[in-house]
Amino acid sequence: MARTVTTPRKLINTAFAWAVGLLIFFPILWTILTSFKTEAQAIASPPIFLNFDWTLENYAVVQERSNYTRFLWNSIIIAGGSTLLGVIVAVPAAWAMAFVPSARTKDILLWMLSTKMLPAVGVLYPIYLLFIQLGLLDSRAGLVVVLMLINLPIIVWMLYTYFREIPGDILEAARMDGATLKEEILYILTPMAVPGIASTVLLNFILAWNEAFWTLNLTAVDAAPLTAFIASYSSPEGLFFAKLSAASTMAIAPILILGWFSQKQLVRGLTFGAVK
Amino acid sequence: MYLKSLLWAASTTALMAGAASAETITIATVNNGDMIRIQKYTDKFTEATGHEVEWVTLEENVLRQRVTTDISTKGGQFDIMTIGMYETPIWGANGWLVPLDDLSAEYDVDDILPAMRGGLSHDGTLYAAPFYGESSMVMYRTDLMEKAGLEMPEAPTWQFIREAAAKMTDRENDINGICLRGKAGWGEGGAFITVTANSFGARWFDEDWKPQFDQPEWKEALTFFVDMMNESGPAGYATNGFNENLSLFQQGKCGMWIDATVAASFVTNPNDSTVADKVGFALAPNSEGVDKRANWLWAWALAIPAGTQKEDAAKQFIEWATSKDYIELVAENEGWANVPPGARQSLYDNPNYKDIPFAQMTLKSILAADPENCCVKPTPYTGIQFVAIPEFAGIATQVSQEFSAVYAGQQSVDEALAKAQAFTAEEMEAAGY
Amino acid sequence: MATQHSRSVARLMMAPAVVLLLGWMLVPLTMTLYFSFKKYLPLRGGDLGWVGFDNYVRFVTSSSFWPAVQATLVIVGGVLAITVVLGILLALLLDQPMWGQGVVRILVIAPFFVMPTVSALVWKNMFMDPVNGLFAHLWRFFGAEPISWLSEASMPSIVMIVSWQWLPFATLILLTAIQSLDSEQLEAAEMDGAPPLKRFFFIILPHLSRAITIVILIQTIFLLSIFAEIFVTTGGAFGTRTLTYLIYQRVLESQNVGLGSAGGVYAIILANIVAIFLMRIVGKNLDA
Repeated sequence: MARTVTTPRKLINTAFAWAVGLLIFFPILWTILTSFKTEAQAIASPPIFLNFDWTLENYAVVQERSNYTRFLWNSIIIAGGSTLLGVIVAVPAAWAMAFVPSARTKDILLWMLSTKMLPAVGVLYPIYLLFIQLGLLDSRAGLVVVLMLINLPIIVWMLYTYFREIPGDILEAARMDGATLKEEILYILTPMAVPGIASTVLLNFILAWNEAFWTLNLTAVDAAPLTAFIASYSSPEGLFFAKLSAASTMAIAPILILGWFSQKQLVRGLTFGAVK
Repeated sequence: MYLKSLLWAASTTALMAGAASAETITIATVNNGDMIRIQKYTDKFTEATGHEVEWVTLEENVLRQRVTTDISTKGGQFDIMTIGMYETPIWGANGWLVPLDDLSAEYDVDDILPAMRGGLSHDGTLYAAPFYGESSMVMYRTDLMEKAGLEMPEAPTWQFIREAAAKMTDRENDINGICLRGKAGWGEGGAFITVTANSFGARWFDEDWKPQFDQPEWKEALTFFVDMMNESGPAGYATNGFNENLSLFQQGKCGMWIDATVAASFVTNPNDSTVADKVGFALAPNSEGVDKRANWLWAWALAIPAGTQKEDAAKQFIEWATSKDYIELVAENEGWANVPPGARQSLYDNPNYKDIPFAQMTLKSILAADPENCCVKPTPYTGIQFVAIPEFAGIATQVSQEFSAVYAGQQSVDEALAKAQAFTAEEMEAAGY
Repeated sequence: MATQHSRSVARLMMAPAVVLLLGWMLVPLTMTLYFSFKKYLPLRGGDLGWVGFDNYVRFVTSSSFWPAVQATLVIVGGVLAITVVLGILLALLLDQPMWGQGVVRILVIAPFFVMPTVSALVWKNMFMDPVNGLFAHLWRFFGAEPISWLSEASMPSIVMIVSWQWLPFATLILLTAIQSLDSEQLEAAEMDGAPPLKRFFFIILPHLSRAITIVILIQTIFLLSIFAEIFVTTGGAFGTRTLTYLIYQRVLESQNVGLGSAGGVYAIILANIVAIFLMRIVGKNLDA
């Protein structure tokens, strides 16, 4: 669908879109810039944009104070583990819903989504007590399971919408040729579903990475991810904008970079079956 | 022979104890300057005792939510918790904390300032050791005070403060006569308005636990505060807490600031503060004729949750962290202005510390605060800027939200007090008072 | 087409997900229900016995209840309105031919990757602070009196922060939907001389209805439980106390687990009312 437009029109489009894009991106840009300032420059009036003495001091302080790599590693394991586990549980379910739909499929799907509406704060005590009983406090395994459960409805739904787009005739043909269920999934379904699974994985990785209630309240040392890292830099006594910016940049940088590299897959993934 | 074997047994047990005691203790703490600093020196503790230390550093509100959940469910995630004067007596009474009644002679528990010890005890038993303590005092700009043609007395009244604030205010040059906390939250604006009310003769509850917001003293205090802040305070003070005011003051945008004594070392630090050499100190004010000053009392203290497997190691750490030696260690490496203040008498007797400009005023402020007698009128509770009952944090947060809405111009003083009275009465009744 | 056999296989395949979610729903729900009928005060010794419906009555009769419901609906409604409207405009813009489309798209989706806590801290301290915030500088630059956003315009401020976070999500879904639009149909309309507005309302918008429903459904689920943004910025003051935040205050600040649990049950009921309402619409749209 190549549309041809006149160059001036394209120029206007470009300028306008860039302006809007930069406006939306500006808070992040400003945070990154601030992280390279001294604390005094960070609150200077009028604000300084670029002509300050760039310093890495804040990063050095943050690095010295907290074991960033441990928090990062925990974030990766928890977000990655919960996503992986979620996909493993969700793929068969979504497959069944898409290819063997019954009268209740839609109800089950919507019921799954409704489990996401339980307010986390209200069940902190029950879950905490449960975690003590099971010995899961401050363990990555416990968090992987909780975050998996939180995001499972979304995963199932996203996968369901992809699978539905796969024409049933192909499967039918494969079955005629004597393909077993296993072969059907492995050789036909999986290759067709890979883009969908990739985007599902990405979206859920982001959601799990940014989850800040359970990851903060169920961890102490061993399993604490980057959300806990941020909680040690927000509003201490004293001036803190620049250090907070440095810590924030460190917390969001990995996911931002990942998101940028994979944005094409993500864009594909965020349809939720909205496109027919 | 008998004696020999006994000695042998004794020495092996000692050895075994020594070997078994190499533990890793987990400490939950708040992300304030002094607490960050000690993390750098933890290696020295590990060298001396063999115990490793894991720090969990959290922002104050998150910390509170985290440790309270853990201790009330006996989650056992932490071997030491950093808590304040509000939590300590309540948790101590519940039997949740290990009593600190067998500290070594060398530790010299009697050196801890009596007010601090009192505030961190329940029924005379110490449950948490103060890492640093604070009261509140006036910090003011000596240059602006001079320009206004006034002189700050050592013990000013609110009326003087208000007059000085009005004279120092220079809206053209972005100078506000006075910066005070207005931010909602029992530990932020709630604490400040409570001590202000105390210094106008008010109290939270009478002897029968009846809330007192319908009394004239509260109205007088709140009206005075709001009027003064509207005259001379910064824009948007309804969302200003400690941090916001600190940066305003450091940028030279405040004539006066009444807040925690620990702020003194921040505002006089030339690295961060543009007004470091122009700051004077005075006692927190009282209203004319009222025999109570707006002094609060707070300590961040280390406590051991009952049931931890590592009680001995935890006690060793607390003795080390709140000792005289630790103060010396910090002084040696970072200078006397950066030692944790407000906990020990010996610090204030130390000739090296006497040169610190805010040292004596800090001590005087702490001594002026008495958690057993917060108010002019008698009260059934302990605590100055808080009431040491479990229901207080919830009630006071909501009350302070009503007050902040007054500061933001969204309701009148009378409306806020009426709501505060009704809400507090309702909550206290539900709690069975 | 489905045979008896494939049905039972399908059931088996769905079982793990269904069982897990059923457990995740029932265990906390049962415990919440259990606590909600108890006087449970951790700081006063824990379980103090059964109290019937006392907690439920107290939670609803508290003067904070209806304002909290209202605040919740305002935030959800406000953010939905902003993200859908701006999302459509942004999607239309990004669909236009331009140079550096990929980069612009990256810039636009970036806020979605930022942790809610971080974005709330950044907005509060670096933008909305009435003295040092960038908005204050901007206002002063134009000779206006800076606004103290979080007290004077607390609700719009929070709606703005949350909208910023969710705008990328809405934009992306809507953009994909627009890109799937049959361009011949549009071109034909253009040939016929249909003005842009007419083309938008009669061709583009109907095409987007399904995507809009999805955006509304997914966002509502997340927006109903907004917490970090309020915790960091206003702490529930200035009329921004949502139902979730009220429950937080009851459970953690007042340490009243029984009362908070009753609140949790109400929140579940509210969420389900909204959900049923939404699913009616979505269900229709999804079947189509």
